[in-house]
Amino acid sequence: MLARRIIPCLDIRDGRVVKGVKFQNLRDAGDPVECAERYEAEGADELVLLDVSATTEGRAHALDTVRAVRAVLRIPLTVGGGVRSAEDVGRLLRAGADRVAVNSAAVAKPSILAEMAERFGRQCTVISIDAARRLEPVAADSGLSPWEVVVSSGKVRTERDALEWARESVALGAGEILLTSLDRDGTREGYDLELLEAVSHAVTVPVIASGGADRPEHLVEALQAGAHAVLAASIFHSGETTVHAVKSSLAEAGVVVRP
Amino acid sequence: MSTQAFVVDTGAANTASVFACLQRLGVEPVSTESAREIESAELVVLPGVGAFESAMTRLQEHGVQEALRARIDADRPTLAICLGLQLLCEASEEGDGVRGLGVLPTTIRRFDDREPVPQLGWNEIEPAGGCELLQPGWAVFANSYYLAEVPEGWSGAFTDYSTRFVSAVERGNVLACQFHPELSGDWGHDLLTRWIERAKAA
Repeated sequence: MLARRIIPCLDIRDGRVVKGVKFQNLRDAGDPVECAERYEAEGADELVLLDVSATTEGRAHALDTVRAVRAVLRIPLTVGGGVRSAEDVGRLLRAGADRVAVNSAAVAKPSILAEMAERFGRQCTVISIDAARRLEPVAADSGLSPWEVVVSSGKVRTERDALEWARESVALGAGEILLTSLDRDGTREGYDLELLEAVSHAVTVPVIASGGADRPEHLVEALQAGAHAVLAASIFHSGETTVHAVKSSLAEAGVVVRP
Repeated sequence: MSTQAFVVDTGAANTASVFACLQRLGVEPVSTESAREIESAELVVLPGVGAFESAMTRLQEHGVQEALRARIDADRPTLAICLGLQLLCEASEEGDGVRGLGVLPTTIRRFDDREPVPQLGWNEIEPAGGCELLQPGWAVFANSYYLAEVPEGWSGAFTDYSTRFVSAVERGNVLACQFHPELSGDWGHDLLTRWIERAKAA
């Protein structure tokens, strides 16, 4: 039986792991290669590496980080952040990514998903969706969900319906959804379960829950709400828990995890 | 001189993980699309992510199909990964009408939609009788298509996802995996160590 995945996330800026709250106020959280080795040893099922650099210089640096992490990492690696074109995707794959997540660029130009699936395969094509609850409630007969897509690290609300975008992304070629709740990111209040349930029921591809994890119970809740994998950063970086400890709690709760 | 492994360039997405893995195993990876190299190399890896049809077209363009068939028939050390395994079959539901290498006399099917497709993540490997390289454990998958039966003359391992499917087959020095040993941690590292050691002893 396929195990549910536990995925530590490394946000990378200028070659260092950083962590912020609601995508802002970044703090240093370590060396990416050291973090990657530690998480694999602790039992991480795969890693996500998100480049949060703001500059072209930083982007070039990110490729070096991917190469360095790949040299030691023996589990799958998904890389995202700042991916603008299929050429960017090719560069990241050649540097050592196994899958590439695309976010704002796909919102601006959805055909990038079809191009990625065609050139590299669906299993390589991850749509990263940052969703936030709308500021104004939607009318019951509008056909809209309570969430809209946000881009540019959460700074821009698009009013585009998050549920509909999830469906469209999969139809275009995405083989997996990395679903981050902007409302919960870094808050440690738990994942947005309603959002997870809605999106995982709307699509036929795996959904990774992201944003808000604090305790093992939060991960269990997310998996029960329909997520196939759970991503977390703060709780692992701070050292207050380990992937191994989280997996033990999940196993006790009856979740199938890789031992 | 260290052992070299020739990695067949199928034009598919990433072989960086395969290259990094071979380096960790003390083997020097060399990319190739030459029939002569594929025929004579000590170790050959047929990697793969990507689409069946485009990969098969690429192999045809470089005229390396016969070289691959010949070395597998001759039991020369060969490792096929993911799409690589599917290319060894006669055909796939993915590449409508496109012929595979036909080394494994069977076709490739698509998972139904009872579970999310693609299958992404770690699943259990259960080797059946006759397996020498394959051992029980957990391995990483990223596939929408699968092999349903173990072809005659081969030994296989099984895995459950929607259905019970063949997650790998082996025969002598040839190992073909639906999963990604290069991404399967200690277990995958150990499997490839056994494959390389057997190849060197051959």
